[in-house]
Amino acid sequence: MSSHSHVEGQLPHEPERATLEGRNKITGFWLFLGGETVLFGTLFAAYLTLRGQVMDGPTPNELFDFALVALATALLLTSSLTSVFALQAMHKHNVKGLMGWLIVTLLLGAAFLGLEIYEFNHYVHLGHTFAASAFSTSFYTLVGFHGAHVAFGLLWVILILLQLKKRGLNTTTAPKVYVFGMYWHFIDVVWVFIFTVVYLMGKVG
Amino acid sequence: MKRLAPLMALLVLVLSACGREDLSALNPQGPVAQEQLGLMKISILIMSIVVVVVFAISIYVLIKFRRRKGDEKIPKQVEGSHKLEVIWTVIPIILLVILAIPTLKTVFSLSKDYSEDPNALQVIVTAHQYWWEFEYPELGIKTAQELVIPTDRVISIEAKTADVLHSFWIPSLAGKIDTNPDGNVNRMYFEAPKAGVYQGKCAELCGPSHGLMDFKVKAVEPSSFDRWQVAMLDTVELPSDPELAQVFESQCLTCHAVGEYGGSTFPNLTGIASRESVAGILINVEEGEKEYKHEDTVYNNLYKWIKDPKAVKPGNHMTDQYTLTDEEVAGIAEYLSTLTLDYE
Amino acid sequence: MAHAHAHAVKRRTGIMDWLTTVDHKKIGIMYLLAGGFFFLIGGLEAILIRLQLMFPQSEVVSAQFYNELITMHGTTMIFLAAMPILFGFMNAIIPLQIGARDVAYPFVNALGFWTFFFGGVLLNISFIAGSVPDAGWTMYAPLSGTTYTEHFGTDYYVIGLQISGIGTLIGGINFLVTIINMRAPGMTFMRMPMFTWATFITSALILFAFPALTVGLAALMFDRLFSGNFFDPSAGGNVVLWEHIFWIFGHPEVYILILPAFGIISEVVSTFSRKRLFGYSSMVFATILIGFLGFMVWAHHMFTTGLGPIANALFSVATMLIAVPTGIKIFNWLFTMWGGSIKFTVANLFAVGFIPTFVMGGVTGVMLSVAPADYQYHDTYFVVAHFHYVIVGGLVLGIFAGLHYWWPKMFGRVLSEKLGYWTFWTFYIGFHLTFFVQHFLGLLGMPRRIWQYLDGMGFNTLNFISTIGALLMGVGTILFIINILITMRKPKTAENDPWKDGRTLEWTISSPAPEYNFAQTPLVRGYDAWWLEKMEGNSKMTPVEPIGPIHMPSPSILPFFMGLGLFIAGFGFMYAREFGVVSLVIGIAGLVITFGCMGLRSWIDDHGFHIEEEEILKDQGVKA
Repeated sequence: MSSHSHVEGQLPHEPERATLEGRNKITGFWLFLGGETVLFGTLFAAYLTLRGQVMDGPTPNELFDFALVALATALLLTSSLTSVFALQAMHKHNVKGLMGWLIVTLLLGAAFLGLEIYEFNHYVHLGHTFAASAFSTSFYTLVGFHGAHVAFGLLWVILILLQLKKRGLNTTTAPKVYVFGMYWHFIDVVWVFIFTVVYLMGKVG
Repeated sequence: MKRLAPLMALLVLVLSACGREDLSALNPQGPVAQEQLGLMKISILIMSIVVVVVFAISIYVLIKFRRRKGDEKIPKQVEGSHKLEVIWTVIPIILLVILAIPTLKTVFSLSKDYSEDPNALQVIVTAHQYWWEFEYPELGIKTAQELVIPTDRVISIEAKTADVLHSFWIPSLAGKIDTNPDGNVNRMYFEAPKAGVYQGKCAELCGPSHGLMDFKVKAVEPSSFDRWQVAMLDTVELPSDPELAQVFESQCLTCHAVGEYGGSTFPNLTGIASRESVAGILINVEEGEKEYKHEDTVYNNLYKWIKDPKAVKPGNHMTDQYTLTDEEVAGIAEYLSTLTLDYE
Repeated sequence: MAHAHAHAVKRRTGIMDWLTTVDHKKIGIMYLLAGGFFFLIGGLEAILIRLQLMFPQSEVVSAQFYNELITMHGTTMIFLAAMPILFGFMNAIIPLQIGARDVAYPFVNALGFWTFFFGGVLLNISFIAGSVPDAGWTMYAPLSGTTYTEHFGTDYYVIGLQISGIGTLIGGINFLVTIINMRAPGMTFMRMPMFTWATFITSALILFAFPALTVGLAALMFDRLFSGNFFDPSAGGNVVLWEHIFWIFGHPEVYILILPAFGIISEVVSTFSRKRLFGYSSMVFATILIGFLGFMVWAHHMFTTGLGPIANALFSVATMLIAVPTGIKIFNWLFTMWGGSIKFTVANLFAVGFIPTFVMGGVTGVMLSVAPADYQYHDTYFVVAHFHYVIVGGLVLGIFAGLHYWWPKMFGRVLSEKLGYWTFWTFYIGFHLTFFVQHFLGLLGMPRRIWQYLDGMGFNTLNFISTIGALLMGVGTILFIINILITMRKPKTAENDPWKDGRTLEWTISSPAPEYNFAQTPLVRGYDAWWLEKMEGNSKMTPVEPIGPIHMPSPSILPFFMGLGLFIAGFGFMYAREFGVVSLVIGIAGLVITFGCMGLRSWIDDHGFHIEEEEILKDQGVKA
């Protein structure tokens, strides 16, 4: 259909919106994120209902290591910023810059995930296992769902990087990069809520 | 549309019958159920108006505007009518306001908490798969399957469950309330000014025998209720045959209690022969008065139940918990059928 | 660029055509077939339930099997029959109604079908595996937890629904984007046909309701598979949380079901009255309002849970409010017919029969919203009667209307009207016989979901009548199947506009529609676009483009394998409790298949193919 609308080599300023397919992808992804919001909203609601039920296990206050979480937060927030740089490079049709910033994003995301795995492992050794209490189950489910989203995002960005390397920037790859950026920001926003609701409120409340 | 007339006739017929006095929400025997029926009547009345209007317009339209053979005319394409649309927005709102006011009033009046009221009789209802435990904390009495209450007091219920969700429902006296686990107790209250036996039901799917998880509410005169209390706390004799007494103790009293003997994890059997039913579902009748499959004498019901509980209530927890010979079953049934209370 | 890569026409035949198709019309037919198949299974379960209840204390089925029947009947009918059949209509009709050549994501559309299908199959394999879900379609904890349900029944429910739920969710997004982005020139939102509007709102409800179910199912799954404690009271879990999550999803779900039926009825009534839909804009507004309020009322399913008088009062009033937009719709339909020229085709009979029936279901809904009265109605046959009046009397009658109405557009053949009349009367009378009496059973003290009722309670006659009615509905369904079988043997002779009174764009193209739907994208000049042109004496729509090559998406087997992967993964994880690591490995392998195919899909740069001008002109010539 609208894939006829331009000729090779003349990428428009916003290549992600150049085709109907690209525009559909972006509209649909916005909607998908709406659904994801409900998903995380429900997880948060479940967590808030159950977080007081620690049974014999450690309380949130005893458990959480603030320095670690603060570092993880910094990593993820920075990765959101670098994904914006990637997008800016894309709009300048700078494929090298685009790929470079995506790789930085990837590394930051991987570091975040590594910290999270370390954190979970640490908690398990403190007796805070998945099956310990309603608090632990809802904690791992909420934070774990987020972690799984990060992991999926990392695989995704690797796939996009490979495609960019093989095929360069065009009206097929551009929407993928753009949509990935949306996804990554969303994950970041969810993390801000997790940081507040789970960790901050856990320390204070 | 032609089926409207017979339906309405049926409606009148059924509403006039209103069902059994001890079971039907349409035949209330206490003030709470009475108030609920009042709300039902208001809503049925308002809704009947709506139904009649819609049916009347439907019938008129379908007859008046049906297409005749060879009719090729194009009707006027009407976009809508502000006036009409306002009418059928505003009128329903008015009708709903009329319905909402008594609804809100009753929501709050029925939530009244009698748990601190010294004049009310406190009862803790604990639901189990598939039986009901009734505890009278002020009286120190625990019983099962049959809630005995006086006719002159408000009954204040605290409902909870020992396992899965159930719902405590006495259609002709009050509505229902779910029984939740783990300290999440629910309260309701009701009164039964007329002496009599009322049927209670479980109204939340709780397993294979959900439909068989019946109980009875027996409202008695205040003086009878006082005698019932005394009788419940009286000492109970174990079977006189020592061998049978030994079997009874080792096989039954590990879970059940009679008088001061036995365990309390399963239904208390004190006065079981005076209850309306065995296991809540086998109705006790006098010899020769058996009319239905689920009715029999106390002895026969007890025998049938102890012999093969799962045939009566599939999935119940009594199945396979004991080994008894047929003679022992008969002996225990015989013994239990002597456990009567004299209070009426 | 893209054009240069595009392949020549890629077409498969036979079974591979159906397994790989991304054509929304074929996917629509597959949804209809699969949904119809599950409808028959669910119907059979219903008949067995009614046979068990025909007489007091009967033992046609065991207590355990009875609970399995009620659970699977509810689950199957809602998730595997009603929704897929509606998705069938959406697929078959929506692109045609908005003048689009395709849906927004043809590949994802196919994926949605296959995940639904494999999820449904997984759920029903439970009958073969011998552990069937038995805690009711609402799956209330703790009955559904491992403590009280040791067998795998709940796992089949949780995983089967999770997989089919993915299909539903992406289907919903697909239709939202299709309607937002792919409308023909001139097809503004306020010119869209009512069915398209209903689909739009329904899809939005799916988008915002299904993720809640996803979380609920995942939580229950974690409880069961990994000893989680969401709903285990002994470890601090909260069973009322499940009720909330389930109904936050569950109440919008009933509007997800009924809104498309409203859409179908609007189309059918308007067409066969030869009249514009009365109060179109208020109909749109009412639909949006119903969708919005649908999220505000979930706790009316929980009046007896013990949420307290304030919550009960609020949810009572909020629920009553829904009656207002629903009433607007009812009167708008009646006044669409008012002054019209009503033709009683079978499709219209179902639509006309729908209106009073649905009103009866609606008024009992208002009665149920009165919380203190609901303390009596709740979980009795009154509720069973109510929701069957809205779901069968509303949705299923709507589906039958839609089937008769759009059958020629989907299959090129008009269903036999004569047999259709028989279907209607047997089904309609059977329906009222079955469910009308159930109102009274409930009020007289009969709880729902009971395996047996005692003799002498005054339930016997009404239950007997109800069962006779159910059998009659069965006869109606069989007559409909016979009608299909007879009709499908006839040649495809249906005209573009077989009803002559068609008003919307789907009636401007051949029956069935060609692969590309519109040879030339039409220009839409107003609401009821086709009717408008007819009234001005035009025999076709004004095109906005010359005839030229049409770009089509390539067929793909990947959606099938992605569904299959989830199916395998489901079994693997489910049986890990019993078979340990081996089973887990199988589960992970299934996920690898699914995500591998997903990666493959992203990696393969498939730009589809073009249907060339000559072929389109040939089609035009044949059909003209």
